[in-house]
Amino acid sequence: MNNVMIGLEVHVQLNKLKSKLFCGCSTDYQDEEPNTHTCPVCLGLPGALPVVNRKAVECGIKVALALNCEVLEQTLFYRKNYFYPDLPKGFQISQYDFPLAVNGKMSIETDRGEKIIRINRVHMEEDPARMIHEGGIQYSRHSLIDYNRSGMALLEIVTEPDLKSPKEARRFLDKLRSILEYLDVFNGDLEGAMRVDSNISLAGGDRAEVKNISSHKGVEKALSYEATRQKNLLRRNIKIIQETRHYDEERGITISMRTKEGEEDYRYFPEPDLPPMSVKSWTERLKDEIPELPDAKIRRFVEEYGVKENHARSLTSDIEIADYFETVCKSSICTIPRQKVVRRAREIDPNMAASWIVDVLKGELNYREMKIEGSPLTEDKTIKILKDLSSGKITEKNAVEIIREILDNGGDPEEIARRRGFGRLDRSETEILVKKVIEENPKVVEDYHKKKKRALNFLVGKVMALSKGKSAPKDVNELLEKYLCED
Amino acid sequence: MKNYFKDGIKGFRHFVEDGETEEATRRLIDKIKENRFNAYITVCEDAVERAREIDKNKGDGRLLGMPIAVKDNLSTRGVETTCASKILRGYVPPYDATVVERLKENGAIIVGKTNMDEFAMGTTTETSFFGSTRNPWDEDRVPGGSSGGSAAAVASGECIASLGTDTGGSVRCPASFCGISGIKPTYGFVSRYGLIAYSNSLECVGTMGSSIEDASLLLDVISGKDSRDSTSIDPTLYRRSSEKFGKIGVLTQFFDGVEEDVLKHVWNAIHKLEDLGIEYEEIDLPNLRYALSSYYIIAMSEASSNLARYDGVRYGLRGKDLAWDTTFSRIRAEGFGKEVKRRILMGTFSLSAGYYGKYYLKALKVRNLIIKDFEGAFRKRKLDAIVSPTMPYKPFKLGEKIEDPISMYLSDIYTVPVNLTGLPSVSIPCGFSEGLPIGIQLIGRAFDEETIINIAKIYEENTDHQKKVSGLL
Repeated sequence: MNNVMIGLEVHVQLNKLKSKLFCGCSTDYQDEEPNTHTCPVCLGLPGALPVVNRKAVECGIKVALALNCEVLEQTLFYRKNYFYPDLPKGFQISQYDFPLAVNGKMSIETDRGEKIIRINRVHMEEDPARMIHEGGIQYSRHSLIDYNRSGMALLEIVTEPDLKSPKEARRFLDKLRSILEYLDVFNGDLEGAMRVDSNISLAGGDRAEVKNISSHKGVEKALSYEATRQKNLLRRNIKIIQETRHYDEERGITISMRTKEGEEDYRYFPEPDLPPMSVKSWTERLKDEIPELPDAKIRRFVEEYGVKENHARSLTSDIEIADYFETVCKSSICTIPRQKVVRRAREIDPNMAASWIVDVLKGELNYREMKIEGSPLTEDKTIKILKDLSSGKITEKNAVEIIREILDNGGDPEEIARRRGFGRLDRSETEILVKKVIEENPKVVEDYHKKKKRALNFLVGKVMALSKGKSAPKDVNELLEKYLCED
Repeated sequence: MKNYFKDGIKGFRHFVEDGETEEATRRLIDKIKENRFNAYITVCEDAVERAREIDKNKGDGRLLGMPIAVKDNLSTRGVETTCASKILRGYVPPYDATVVERLKENGAIIVGKTNMDEFAMGTTTETSFFGSTRNPWDEDRVPGGSSGGSAAAVASGECIASLGTDTGGSVRCPASFCGISGIKPTYGFVSRYGLIAYSNSLECVGTMGSSIEDASLLLDVISGKDSRDSTSIDPTLYRRSSEKFGKIGVLTQFFDGVEEDVLKHVWNAIHKLEDLGIEYEEIDLPNLRYALSSYYIIAMSEASSNLARYDGVRYGLRGKDLAWDTTFSRIRAEGFGKEVKRRILMGTFSLSAGYYGKYYLKALKVRNLIIKDFEGAFRKRKLDAIVSPTMPYKPFKLGEKIEDPISMYLSDIYTVPVNLTGLPSVSIPCGFSEGLPIGIQLIGRAFDEETIINIAKIYEENTDHQKKVSGLL
């Protein structure tokens, strides 16, 4: 797709906060009865006043700093006026002039390498209530409104039109989500946690705004549809008009909502109930609270653990996986002073750990729609499995089987290996078998001393047969040679 | 028959101490129900029971047993709160405004919700959906507004003191028209939590009493920082009544538009203060002539947004539902009165794209200039207060100005600048003409309520205008 220009407006719910943006209501309403997490403020009752949740502003600033934005000296809330049944006050408290932060940037991986996407602004606003149409919007005879969501803190992140394909848009959102989760301000698994509006245009056409993309996964599909639609119009020499289009997720298409003439006038003006906030002075303190972010972690994983860059990238895309990897790698080095070169001292080779986590574990988790956090495969179990694997106690195939069984039914790796007959004999056990085979086959031993090559292979085969394949081939070879020489 | 109300809070306290609260409250509720002046919208039926408890258990609190009236735009838990609008009929708030909470904590008995202009938009209480309140001094005349019910209730002995709200003079104007004392505090001095917004950046909860002492006691009880209102301020952080200059400024602007007998009594009061040792000088604040335009643009703009929530979805007026947008329109068309609609439309216009800079932003700039004018006058001329007539006219006849909004808006000329600047101000009676009360306004420095209240007290102690109100009781 050539000359596509895409800009995103991403609405992120700061759903890790304990309370809403302007009142003390709890944000923990996911499985609760509708309209049970409300108060006069988030219901917009007459006379109620908003009070800014400082923690929410701090989260916003942290995100802004993580996106390399400039935090403004003073920030101000505005009223965005429009009527809609999900909006209890008839206006939304949002920001307009003097947003929280401006002029940021974030890098994404593209097929042609790393690319910088400019961030226009980051601002805060309150979430409206949720409307529910039983049986779908076309068929429902009424609307139900659930105010539990009303007043949740949202962060709106607006990019410049620097994204050149729907795929890049998707990459941007994946990276953004990972940063937000690193900052511990966001849980992307909750419904409606990230909602996206998008501007898309082709060279030579006016831009269309595509609204209502309710998941970051839907973005690529919605934008691909829209880009193709616009391309087809251009090919037929039909002018593309500036308009707002609605994404219909079920049908996977965009539908015209209104043209530019029908644009609403939101009559923004400063919210008189909230004095301006001087937030710049908070940034120094908040900077210290920002953890290592994905880009830095990738670099460190490559340098400190010597893992491959693609592995590092995959490990760090999810902070829980990244932490898991580090716990596994650090398992055996806790007694070694930090500054020493520790790579040799590790019981588990970080490259092996990386490859098992990225290539096996992530896939198995995905297949089961599980997250690593809270799964029965705790770090110590993986450590045990990888240790046994590298010492040759179990085979690779055994390791995969053990991982699968633990994910499905839990259990202990050692017990599973024993019960299912996995694992190798240790050297002393093999030694007994070797001695026995030498004793029982004097003829072949003789042949061996006559330098008949086949004789050794025969003896190896005998030992392996006795051990039912559980002797390590290395042990068998070494021991046979040792005892045959003694003869 | 015993007159429980003629000596204000101090007098009533004896009856409470003697265990007569229930009897007094019962008599009061009966009187309110006679509804002679249409001062109330809702009567609190549990008031008598509260009074009985107080007689039984005593308790404490600076307002123990005091029957207080509350304007109907202040949220009262479990008591219908309508803002005198059809659109809010049947709305029973689940929470108390901070000021109401503080009254109750101090032992006050809320006796009812008082009549007002619809959403506090008016100068006469004539825009109320429940009909106008009448002036106790002359029932054919307006009581002033928008807190007309709260003022008439005090003046007629239908409560001991009351809460009003003041967006552009809504406490001071009815105080002046009803011959009582009213205080509009500094913006931020009293919490607005639970005050149903008309114009957030201008309005304050104020107090009314038959004397300045009663009004200031009430103010003392309700004021102070409230974590639920981000614009409320801890007044102890600010200077209060530090330097005293013994001098006031007289705002002589617009005097040619003031009724002759009003002007006469205001000058008499100024000379009386002079006799009591307070000098005066005439002052002129150049940007004051833009105050009304600035005020109405800001107030209407904010109102257009504040009143957007009345859509019938969650409370108040409701009917058969159609599509949401037509339902909203129908409810708002039916529920709002004419003056409210006028202000919503003008406010919506002045915030619209292309007009915002021309109207709203310009109004904010003018507001800043007026703030500077006042600051300059206080500082350079070393003034303790600035005085003016509260209203340019005596109470006028019901219906006299209601069809002439411009003339009505002009009558706010002395009260409105105070709200634009956020300064505190009191109105106290300073004389009578043709049997009608006249009020004088004292404007103070920010968070220096004390000085203007003290001047008002000195004046009150040396005159007997405020005592005339007891003649009505």
